[in-house]
Amino acid sequence: MLRRALQLGLGRGLLGRRLGTHRGGSTLGKVEGSGGYRGSWVAPVSSYVTFRTRDPAHDGKTVGRLGEGDQNGKMSEIKKKIQSVLPGGAWNPPYDTSYLPPEHSDVVIVGGGVIGLSVAYWLKRLEKPRGAIRVLVVERDHTYSQASTALSVGGIRQQFSVPENIQLSLFSVEFLRNINEYLAVVDDPPLDIQFNPSGYLLLASEKGAAVMESNVKVQRQEGAKVCLMSPEQLRNKFPWINTEGVALASYGMEYEGWFDPWCLLQGLRRKVQSMGVLFCHGEVTRFVSSSSHTETTSGEEVTLKRIHEVHVKIDRSLEYQPVECALVINAAGAWSGQIAELAGVGKGPPGTLQGTKLPVERRKRYVYLWHCPQGPGLETPFVVDASGAYFRREGLGNNYLGGCSPTEEEEPDPGNLEVDHDFFQDKVWPPLAQRVPAFETLKVRSAWAGYYDYNTFDQNGVVGPHPLVVNMYFATGFSGHGLQQAPAVGRAVAEMVLDGHFQTINLNPFHFSRFYLGEKVQEHNII
Amino acid sequence: MAAPRAPLHLVMPVWNRGTRGIRGLSRAVALEGSQKKGRSLLQFLADRFYDVQALREYLLQKQVLKVHQKNRPFTYIKERFGPHAAGAYFILKQGGAVKFQGKEWIRSDAHGHFSLDFLKFQAVPVEAVNASGCAINYQGLDSLLALKELRSLWLQRCPHVDDWCLGRLHPLANSLQELSLAGCPRISERGLASLHHLQNLRRLDISDLHAVSNPGLTRILVEEMLPSCQVLGADWAQGLPSGPDEQSQDKASPIPA
Repeated sequence: MLRRALQLGLGRGLLGRRLGTHRGGSTLGKVEGSGGYRGSWVAPVSSYVTFRTRDPAHDGKTVGRLGEGDQNGKMSEIKKKIQSVLPGGAWNPPYDTSYLPPEHSDVVIVGGGVIGLSVAYWLKRLEKPRGAIRVLVVERDHTYSQASTALSVGGIRQQFSVPENIQLSLFSVEFLRNINEYLAVVDDPPLDIQFNPSGYLLLASEKGAAVMESNVKVQRQEGAKVCLMSPEQLRNKFPWINTEGVALASYGMEYEGWFDPWCLLQGLRRKVQSMGVLFCHGEVTRFVSSSSHTETTSGEEVTLKRIHEVHVKIDRSLEYQPVECALVINAAGAWSGQIAELAGVGKGPPGTLQGTKLPVERRKRYVYLWHCPQGPGLETPFVVDASGAYFRREGLGNNYLGGCSPTEEEEPDPGNLEVDHDFFQDKVWPPLAQRVPAFETLKVRSAWAGYYDYNTFDQNGVVGPHPLVVNMYFATGFSGHGLQQAPAVGRAVAEMVLDGHFQTINLNPFHFSRFYLGEKVQEHNII
Repeated sequence: MAAPRAPLHLVMPVWNRGTRGIRGLSRAVALEGSQKKGRSLLQFLADRFYDVQALREYLLQKQVLKVHQKNRPFTYIKERFGPHAAGAYFILKQGGAVKFQGKEWIRSDAHGHFSLDFLKFQAVPVEAVNASGCAINYQGLDSLLALKELRSLWLQRCPHVDDWCLGRLHPLANSLQELSLAGCPRISERGLASLHHLQNLRRLDISDLHAVSNPGLTRILVEEMLPSCQVLGADWAQGLPSGPDEQSQDKASPIPA
């Protein structure tokens, strides 16, 4: 323990002498090592060849290891150590290792989407003193081709039924409004997230009218500006709606709308890199952890696990790098369930806390883009029909985005992101055409599919540490409203990590233990 | 994705009033000659020294705080003299002009001084506000939204009025008849979409909005959205290719009443 603490201490103190950048393969951000230098000014090495120096007192582990042949690996390890200690041998490995993650990192964030980057941002922003925490973000796909963030429709609303969700969304929308104060990077142009303040319009039939009224009461209590409309008011305001079957509608007047999620992602990425967070283009394949047995106050045996190392496998290679870490944050979105399994969450007899898996799985959702020349005008809000079908305007050219969440029986296979166009014909178009008669004539321009990190338990996020794997924190399972809560969730997780409890928004109801205790925090307004 | 660089030319003179050198912070401002060399030296230093970078970030934050300070609410005046007086004080402090119902325009002079006589008009509502060129932002609109009988609001060339602010104007829907947003660098067609709450609006000026991507089409859509409002500024033929005439005639919207 003391040795490890010493190593960590020495490791951090040596940063001033390291020459190389620890960029680990990311191509965005500044070239002159803004993330790698601390303290004294060292002449910048050209980024073509970067080396790392290591102090001889440092417990030298090998820089990268291959997957097989550990015995041979040990011999070559010993040989390398001897060679380096002899005079004339450099500690530098003779090849460029900048693609590898660092060997030690205080926090490893698995997943570089909007949630992961938001956690990284708030960790660096709330840390005291400046530069105290080393954060590593591990992202498997730098193109974000399957990430939920990039494929999202980008809506943000406060019309939820759970008060914590409303608070998260309010905080996040304030963040977005002041995004150029939060994410300002000196000498870079300001961000334009292209927010459309058009509001959300949720329609309810007779059955859902009472629930909608109580929801609106909760929303107003939390400070959201929502108004209830009767069918006649609806017809006056939006003459293109057919109000047959609509008993009540709730309309968000302010702070609701949609924006460009890619811009938020890139803004966060740029700011987080300028704050010194390291990125690694790789995949987490293994957690090395240790267990300890203790007894609870009632005398039961409990096994607590602690993750010591994260094995990050480099993309398109067999090479992996063990990263020694203090905390792991699971922000892997649709793949969080697999990451949790790697850490040993859910390995135990079913019905116990050890056997409670993380109930987050990936579900495929389709989004269709169509053109309707006679469609609703510029004032169209994000309309969510009582049947679950939704649509919103996109741009000035009478294009509309929309979709529908399928029922449990019709869930498509999430193995790939292929689009089922029949789904539009059968399930999306009929309810929308019934609600907006102008949509009888439309032409589908394109479509795409994305993943929800769907929480099968109660469709709300999981935030906070795991009770048994003590240094793994979750920030996942948002089931389609993760993007709009990302800044607030990031802050909550950072507060949990740095202070041990939530300060701005209390997310204790979203703790993992609710899966074991069976306490559902059911969100009714899921789109 | 990032905002177009051109609009910041309008913003930078306001932000950089009285500042030079290390305080000019955005790369988007075009500079000539020696100033350019000074800028790259500063960039060079900021890239290499965390201290210089922290200093520049601090100065950037200070500029932001200055705008916030200008938009602080005057709660004492509001409690003592009423919301109309508080709103008028706010606008006069920013450098704008206010017109009470039945009175003349009140404006601050070149030094920023103005007479406090209007504090005596207890229940007289504010009829018109001219906040052109003022540094009013989202927070500052609090003071304006309390003016329930405001008829005309001029926000020309305000550098901090953006789409979020337009989404906030709906409480004035009952009284507002004239709105001018000419020359605001941050307003785009997305903010204009939230003006549909203002059903009593009769004159809307949306000329010179650089962030609007398609001014002609935007004007047509805004006219459709507000049928009884006269929309000024953007010519609907703007942005159309100079092609055959029947193309433009198809796009003509009905003349508003």
